[in-house]
Amino acid sequence: MKRKAKVFRPTVFAFPYLAVTLVFVIVPLLLILVYAFRGQDGNFSLENFRLIFCGDGVNDAKDFLVRPLLKTLGIAAVSTAICLLIAYPVAYVLSSQPFRKMTVIALLFVVPMWINFMLRIFALKSILDTLGMENGYWMAVIGMVYDFFPYMLLPIYTVLANMDKSYVEASRDLGANPVRTFCKVTLPLSLPGIISGISMMFMPIFSSYAITGTMGDNHTSVIGSEIYSAFHYYEYGHGAALSFVLLIIVLFVVWLGNFLTRRSQKAPKGGKA
Amino acid sequence: MNKTSSRVYLAIRWAILVTVLLFIYLPLIMVIVYSFSTSKSIGGAFGDFTTGHYARFFENEALLTALKNTLIIGVVSATLATLLGTTAAIGIHYMKRKLRSAVDTASQITVVNAEIVTAMGFFLFIIFLRDTVQVPISFSFAWLIITHTVITTPYVILTVSPRLKQLNPNLLEAAMDLGAGKMRSLFTVMLPQLAGAMVSGFALAFTLSLDDFVVTSVNNLDTGVTTISTYVYDGLKRGFPNEIRALSTIIFAVVLVALVGYNVAKAKKGSKK
Repeated sequence: MKRKAKVFRPTVFAFPYLAVTLVFVIVPLLLILVYAFRGQDGNFSLENFRLIFCGDGVNDAKDFLVRPLLKTLGIAAVSTAICLLIAYPVAYVLSSQPFRKMTVIALLFVVPMWINFMLRIFALKSILDTLGMENGYWMAVIGMVYDFFPYMLLPIYTVLANMDKSYVEASRDLGANPVRTFCKVTLPLSLPGIISGISMMFMPIFSSYAITGTMGDNHTSVIGSEIYSAFHYYEYGHGAALSFVLLIIVLFVVWLGNFLTRRSQKAPKGGKA
Repeated sequence: MNKTSSRVYLAIRWAILVTVLLFIYLPLIMVIVYSFSTSKSIGGAFGDFTTGHYARFFENEALLTALKNTLIIGVVSATLATLLGTTAAIGIHYMKRKLRSAVDTASQITVVNAEIVTAMGFFLFIIFLRDTVQVPISFSFAWLIITHTVITTPYVILTVSPRLKQLNPNLLEAAMDLGAGKMRSLFTVMLPQLAGAMVSGFALAFTLSLDDFVVTSVNNLDTGVTTISTYVYDGLKRGFPNEIRALSTIIFAVVLVALVGYNVAKAKKGSKK
């Protein structure tokens, strides 16, 4: 009993951070709600949402939310898929012998993370321009893949490098060929890394208007650029409503990511027990 | 037969790594090479050797200011984030489980949220205070530092927390049993053990701040404060100023020296043990 009373609980140390979070994280989120649900006259209103879902009679309603959102989902899905298709083999090779011990090579793949991403985009765009590639959808996709590659590679590599190799050996010993072993053992076990890699890339693309702005054309955009221009033209309510919708999507994706991770981690553990 | 097939397999794996590394580094290397060239396009006919881009870089007030701003915002916000994040991690570590998970969730908000939504929240914070509460406030250099601190602090917590969990709690209790006050035990026993994690946290916060584009581009309204990211973005949209080649080369060199230095120091430390 006496010992317990002496236990040191300096929870006060978290108070400055809690205050900062309350003022600069929670309050701004609430302000997005306030501006989203506030009409021109300052009272509660759904007019911002009516505009982005139903249009205003002049512009097509789909131009406000549905089309930018579909475009964003499209470019995010395509770039993430391509990035995964390149990153997975690289991570697989890096985690295999004899590359496992060559940490310098693994390091080479992540060095670009420390160079300002806008400068990397500058370098990439310079080369693509010289090669005669025009600004547009595919240039933006290449930009996304180039920019997010290390973030996709790292989680997959970490999972593969830390994987218990005895599962693979057991599968081989039991007569499965390498392809079957990969599909039935390695790939399922690396799912948490894949999910984490996808989540490091998919959602951030929603805000990556720096890439679509410099490498895309008039038809290439992400929802982030719509929000940016709404605020840029002082349409705070409109921008806040779009931000609110994006916030809901983020919450859903986070929930989905957690759900999938839990399921993919449950499967092998269940098998063990 | 088996030997040749394994040799072919090894060659294929080397080919995958080298091809991807080539794609990653070719643009960067081309920028470095052409930073000494009079050629208008990077990758075109080389033209003559010149150091003119460097001379113009050191005369380009706007670019030098952007570089200075980037570094000041990075160092100051990373320092604040390290202080705030470390104290927060200590506080959170000693919280009861329920409170701790609530605070952990709150600290993840800016990490998982779409960057553009976080940026717009910050933006509305100032707009709301200025227009609705009528506080004489505006976007400023200090505001950029605050926003960068807020978005990078969670990463410091994520870096310091695991280290805290590894610490031996008996050491702290021993210090207190031997008569050291709470504060003294904390500063002389706990903090020295956290120093490594704090340095990693600082480095992470610093690089995240350097790389930021979205929050800065939304919150530098009316201030004219540019950072490397926003400067290069504008440069790319309006046609490239060639000084960016010189800047890229310098930054690439600095990153390389820092990484090699860090790894050599780490290797030396390891061999001493």
